[in-house]
Amino acid sequence: MSGVFVGMPAFPEAARTAVADATLRSNLRHATHTIRDKRARAVAELADWVELREAGRRIKEQTLRHLDRHLLRLEESVTGAGGTVHWAADAEEANRIVADLVRATGETEVVKVKSMATQEIGLNEALAAEGIRAYETDLAELIVQLGDDRPSHILVPAIHRNRGEIRDVFRSEMGKWGRPAPDGLTDAPAELAEAARLHLREKFLRAKVGISGANFMVAETGTLVVVESEGNGRMCLTLPETLISVVGIEKVVPSWRDLEVFLQTLPRSSTAERMNPYTSMWTGTSDDDGPSAFHLVLLDAGRTDVLADETGRQALRCIRCSACLNVCPVYERAGGHAYGSVYPGPIGAILTPQLRGTASGIDASLPYASSLCGACYEVCPVAIDIPEVLVHLRERIVERGGPGHRRERATMKAAGWVLDHPSLLAAGERLATRTRALHPRNPPGARAWTESRDLPELPAEPFRDWWRKNRT
Amino acid sequence: MRVALFVTCLNDAVFPKTAVATVRLLERLGVQVDFPSGQTCCGQPLFTTGYRARAAPLVRRTVRAFEGYEYVVTPSGSCAAMVRTHYGRFGPEAAELGPRTYELTEFLVDVLGVTDVGAYFPYKVTYHPSCHGLRLLGLGDRPRRLLGAVKGLELVELPGAEECCGFGGTFAVKNPDVSAAMDADKVRSAVSTGGDVLCGADSSCLMHLGGMLRRLSAPLRELHLAEILAGTEEDPWREESGR
Ligand code: SF4
Repeated sequence: MSGVFVGMPAFPEAARTAVADATLRSNLRHATHTIRDKRARAVAELADWVELREAGRRIKEQTLRHLDRHLLRLEESVTGAGGTVHWAADAEEANRIVADLVRATGETEVVKVKSMATQEIGLNEALAAEGIRAYETDLAELIVQLGDDRPSHILVPAIHRNRGEIRDVFRSEMGKWGRPAPDGLTDAPAELAEAARLHLREKFLRAKVGISGANFMVAETGTLVVVESEGNGRMCLTLPETLISVVGIEKVVPSWRDLEVFLQTLPRSSTAERMNPYTSMWTGTSDDDGPSAFHLVLLDAGRTDVLADETGRQALRCIRCSACLNVCPVYERAGGHAYGSVYPGPIGAILTPQLRGTASGIDASLPYASSLCGACYEVCPVAIDIPEVLVHLRERIVERGGPGHRRERATMKAAGWVLDHPSLLAAGERLATRTRALHPRNPPGARAWTESRDLPELPAEPFRDWWRKNRT
Repeated sequence: MRVALFVTCLNDAVFPKTAVATVRLLERLGVQVDFPSGQTCCGQPLFTTGYRARAAPLVRRTVRAFEGYEYVVTPSGSCAAMVRTHYGRFGPEAAELGPRTYELTEFLVDVLGVTDVGAYFPYKVTYHPSCHGLRLLGLGDRPRRLLGAVKGLELVELPGAEECCGFGGTFAVKNPDVSAAMDADKVRSAVSTGGDVLCGADSSCLMHLGGMLRRLSAPLRELHLAEILAGTEEDPWREESGR
């Protein structure tokens, strides 16, 4: 994945900073609670939500089971419709393919539709290294790009910013990238949107190359689908002469019938809208409308490895709605940056360690970045059992071991042993209760708890003893 | 009717009051309670931290301890959920314990068919439905119905009730800052209700909340649902009978 996140501290340390940042906490709390409540209302409107969710789960699961077949079908359809399909095994290969394609057009700038896949592979940075400037055109992505910031949410990458901060970024940075912000720009949403519109319009009208991802790819016709709210995507997908789409292989669905399910569940889950304002669909190229050259780069980058894991593979069902982020109490407090990846929140905690492995401190800490409260699973429109995958990944980390886990392994071994010997357990309980007056309030080793919370006082006797005295 | 009390390791060692209250409550309702002494821990903390192999002997032990009982009752949504939703991963014999295991409020409402257990508790109470009870077991409004029928008790809604308290087993120590922030937010919303008591049906969450209530010197105390339901007009709950 993108090099931008290399060297991130492990989740608990990164989260510590975020928890202490009052502005961030309040920005996130406000934003996630608003969208969370709206989503709940939008979903409650549908009498068949449970069936839609189950259908979405099934379609994705079945498609993933025969992914090879569906991808070949897709390639055939896209090629037949005048597009060119490229296969990229990893991020590096995908970046190389895109850079070569852009260079072949002779252009040095491109406009971009919001895309998680291109962020995952660090495309913008790779293009910059080749002297190609990529302009983000989604409002929130623009804010992140102008602010030289990192995304902190799948759908709303600048969710950690409030209006005042955005105004400041626009004022100081827009001019460096193109049309500057209007004089006297305030933090009124309409003014901020207008500033972005003016700034971006120049780029839309000038661009010869557009780069996108896709929410879905329909194998039977070779049609790609982008759903969005702002219309910037529509501009990038239709105005340039060349369109390059970088899409993860798990985004394929067999037929248009399958789309029907997701076009209902995705907008309600992500923006809490009944339908998103813009749904763009394109099939190869056509002579009199839209781009005259279309390239599809199919990205693996670890996905086939994920597919090989029976429990972990359900993460590939994800349609990136971000509902799980918006309900997650950990995300709400730790913020997106703490997850050290373009995929934050619950889905990031199960996807990143699978795509990148668990060798680094941050990646190995992600499966533990959850209280397993289950709120994510409850809202997921494709029923990914995120807590199940988290526990599964914890098992994987424990199995592989690691220096950080030595003490924990010893503790767990001892605990498992004592708990399997009731007489020892009872003796231990008795000893603990009898000596309770001597226990320090902050015993060594318990600091992580006692720093912010009191420990319970031990009782005079364990329940076992009460039972023996009173009921036997 | 005869049931086995699945007391849980935490209640046994740290919160025997909750366990005793559960026994008294069930006996008052005419249930004969057994305490199979071979039980220790259901294995949940080991399992959810990633130590499945270490959890396996505890799972086997738990299954053996409750062999032959038609009803296994526990005052813990979390441990009931462990048995019901995860024991299947430990083989068919372990899976078979799931349907016989009842969280206390399920047993009262679904099996005994009572919501008014004849309890008396003259305080203002707000209820935190812990995640596993809420989402894994689907306890729904059972606990609130039981509380609503308690004489003298005024039930006030907890804002953001469905949000996690931040305990999450080893999460509380592996991610102490986020965990404590969740805990503090939960306590603040409990304080905002003006209640005297923050009630729950899971001792682990109550331990976490109690630790924060005392650290913040909050004007209410935590109490397990079983302790509230165990008190009657003749033998009311008293502070000294509490912790
Ligand atoms: S995991 Fe589920 S809820 Fe989360 S972003 Fe993906 S589809 Fe949405």
